[in-house]
Amino acid sequence: MNIPKNLKYAKSHEWVRVEGNTAVVGITDHAQNELSDVVYVEVPAVGARVEAGKECAVVESVKAASDIYAPVSGDVAAVNEELSNAPEALNQDPYGKGWMFTITMSDPGELGELLNPDDYAHHIGA
Amino acid sequence: MQSTELLRRTPLYAAHLECGAKMVPFGGWEMPVQYSGILEEHAAVRERVGLFDISHMGEFLVAGPNAERALNELFTNDVSKMAVGQAQYTLLCNHQGGVIDDLIVYRLEPSVYLVIVNAANIETDFIWMNTNATVSAVIENLSDRFAGLALQGPLAGRFFEFSPLLPRFHIQRQEVFGAECWVARTGYTGEDGFELFCEATDAPKLWKMLLGWGQQFGIKPCGLGARDTLRLEMCYPLHGNDITEETTPVEAGLGKFVSFDKKLFVGRDVLVDQKDHGVRRKLIAFRMTEKSPPPRPHYPILAGGRKVGEVTSGTQSPTLGVGIGMGYVETAAATTGGAIEIEIRQRRCPAVIEKKPILKRGP
Repeated sequence: MNIPKNLKYAKSHEWVRVEGNTAVVGITDHAQNELSDVVYVEVPAVGARVEAGKECAVVESVKAASDIYAPVSGDVAAVNEELSNAPEALNQDPYGKGWMFTITMSDPGELGELLNPDDYAHHIGA
Repeated sequence: MQSTELLRRTPLYAAHLECGAKMVPFGGWEMPVQYSGILEEHAAVRERVGLFDISHMGEFLVAGPNAERALNELFTNDVSKMAVGQAQYTLLCNHQGGVIDDLIVYRLEPSVYLVIVNAANIETDFIWMNTNATVSAVIENLSDRFAGLALQGPLAGRFFEFSPLLPRFHIQRQEVFGAECWVARTGYTGEDGFELFCEATDAPKLWKMLLGWGQQFGIKPCGLGARDTLRLEMCYPLHGNDITEETTPVEAGLGKFVSFDKKLFVGRDVLVDQKDHGVRRKLIAFRMTEKSPPPRPHYPILAGGRKVGEVTSGTQSPTLGVGIGMGYVETAAATTGGAIEIEIRQRRCPAVIEKKPILKRGP
């Protein structure tokens, strides 16, 4: 299972890449593998306020809809528009083309609550 | 969520793990939901061939001089219309006309029938049939002894020399790769194919041989995920979702599997009344007309801005690339071509009522 060393992870299987005060968010390789065949992605609206641990997006596979939780609080700064036409990017490139949205963090201290790669690997039993 | 310790396993459990299956609980069984992926498996069955484990389904043998009469009083369809070697789709109803189960009955001999029932309903059906049969017939539950494999897809006919001799909706005794099987030309995918019922002990070898032989045709092992998308494109109802003890065959549009000519069968009064005087709701099929999340069971169905029903089955159609589903709506709203909306997370998404099946096939 691919767990990049430069990212932080939520127990609910989102990843975060920190770029200054911005958090780039997507779902992990483990999550996409569990969901399989993503056919629809619903991202939050740009400008929406999201709260750490609260649902803010939905990923739909053939079989089921799964909530995606904001790993940190803040305002949604950008969303990946490509996903509406290419939701399979979440399966094919979860840490790259499959990014979902960015958050302008209101409390970067929340990053301390997230898991480092080793702890996330342990969390999923990898 | 059920604890996995309580779930039953088919004789092919080890074979599924070997094929990389993801296992899930289904109807009291631990079953493969997918191997390589639902979309890939679905495409294999539509374009080439796929192999399913259907050992979770139940097999009853009904025999004796009164077997025909017993089944005709229990089932909605007319088993007397079947010649030996034929199959028939039929329904087991309660006294209110509600569907206890939908099943396939095969006439193996003049007074011996094989009945295939849904996994979750094996005990219910067995008890119901035994307590409601008004004439004595032997009803034997062979579900533990038999395994079932479904070989489905346009290339399935190329597997066996006997294929041209076994027409659609027929069954015959046949040796397949050394295993004695009842081979039926039936399925739940809308494609050509076979369902093979064999002794449980023969199943692992048969599974392996079919997958090995099928490599030249690009065969894939297929799970319940693909089984669901394939059947929904064809609008085959799933018991527990689209038909239940609270819905009738007439409401579900399955009237052609009810033999109203029969003088006596369980549920007849209600079904005849519904046929003559109409029903309040009907099971419709629909397709989303704009990009939207896939419809799912229990989502509200609206017509003219008002709730007229609820989705019973829904998914993203792998073949069509759009959301599709079925659901009951008030009869006045159940017109083919009618515009409806599916409410998905507080959003109203446009859809159109389709003539069944949703997937229209060739010429």
